[in-house]
Amino acid sequence: MKPRFEPIVGRYLHLELSGRPHRLYVEEAGQGIPLVCLHTAGADGRQFRHILNDEAITAHYRVIVFDMPWHGKSLPPEGFEREEYQLTTKSYTEMILDICTALDLDKPVVMGCSIGGRIVLNLAAGHPERFRALIGLESAAYQQPWYDTEWLHRPDVHGGEVCAALVSGMMAPQSPAVSRHETLWMYKSAGPGVFKGDLHFYRIDGDLRAVVSRIDTRKCPLYLLTGEYDFSCTPDDTKRTAEHIDGVEVTVMEKLGHFPMSENPEHFRTYILPVLEKIRCA
Amino acid sequence: MTPDGSSHDAATLRIVERFEALPALAAADADLLRRGRFLTCDFEIGVGPIPLLVRMVEGKVASIARGPFLLKPWVFAIRAPAEVWEKFLEPMPAAGWHDLMALTKVGRARVEGNLVPFMGNLQVIKDLLALPRAQQVGRTGR
Repeated sequence: MKPRFEPIVGRYLHLELSGRPHRLYVEEAGQGIPLVCLHTAGADGRQFRHILNDEAITAHYRVIVFDMPWHGKSLPPEGFEREEYQLTTKSYTEMILDICTALDLDKPVVMGCSIGGRIVLNLAAGHPERFRALIGLESAAYQQPWYDTEWLHRPDVHGGEVCAALVSGMMAPQSPAVSRHETLWMYKSAGPGVFKGDLHFYRIDGDLRAVVSRIDTRKCPLYLLTGEYDFSCTPDDTKRTAEHIDGVEVTVMEKLGHFPMSENPEHFRTYILPVLEKIRCA
Repeated sequence: MTPDGSSHDAATLRIVERFEALPALAAADADLLRRGRFLTCDFEIGVGPIPLLVRMVEGKVASIARGPFLLKPWVFAIRAPAEVWEKFLEPMPAAGWHDLMALTKVGRARVEGNLVPFMGNLQVIKDLLALPRAQQVGRTGR
């Protein structure tokens, strides 16, 4: 029997991020326009496995997915055991720019979800010349918090279980059980305090309401797509953000929640394929 | 009957009866019993003015009692008006009504008391509360 491999290739990239050496896990598939995908807080690049395996996408796009430091198969930097991990707007923005530079990507498209959706707004405002287009999934400049992040990392409550239990309701009930549970598995298997550290950017450091009015979609097109069942970043949160951005395209995705690419990949592609087609043909 | 002797409305009682089916519904869910095996405590589900005291013993719903109660202790309580629970318990709930935390975020439901066992067993508790979704609407629940 011939082994059945997916077309995804995974490798480890060595580079400096925030002045420290890192070993970063990067997967890619396809050829064409670089499409860099940013996973959600507290998860990893496995969320994009269906995008990486979608021939309708990889025929025209070189899909690149990395696990952020501390996440998935990327290690934390040396000395991590003596510090508390905290993602910031600055470190996250520089990380994406540095990785695009290290991979020598020419005007990539960046598609980020949740915190990844938030940071593409900052990329759009500050670095539009670097990108062909930007896509924010479950993206808003700000949204109202709904729990105390202290619950995510403490000795008397299991971190993985509580992270997964909190985000489980952010998926649409129509999404297939197998995909919902796969999405939750990434939360269950993340390192202690990592989700909380990502949310430092989301909750404390990353309020971009004053930034988004600087976005010029003539320099770099911006697409925002939000699932109707996402009660964390609601469609209204996305629409409120879009009110300050001329030329942005907003789509509310029915029967999807906060993790469209992994909670219901088949349904999500009906929304994302037209966007990718439009970017390609622009 | 309410403390002042008046009757509760039919919609509230319908929701109460659906939650009162929890011992049987939970007993039929082997996976939930396995996942909930570390949960032993009394907690309350509030349906409008009616408190339901749920006794959990190693993941089993040992009993559920309808209040009002006089100084009966509970570890944590989850309360919402009957009309909120009704939307939450729809077989395919609408966006924003589909998850306990979606309800608490906007103040439609409230969680109070000692939240350590609540958060430590959050998925089990959320799944338990959603069990009556599988019932046919209008079933008495007993």
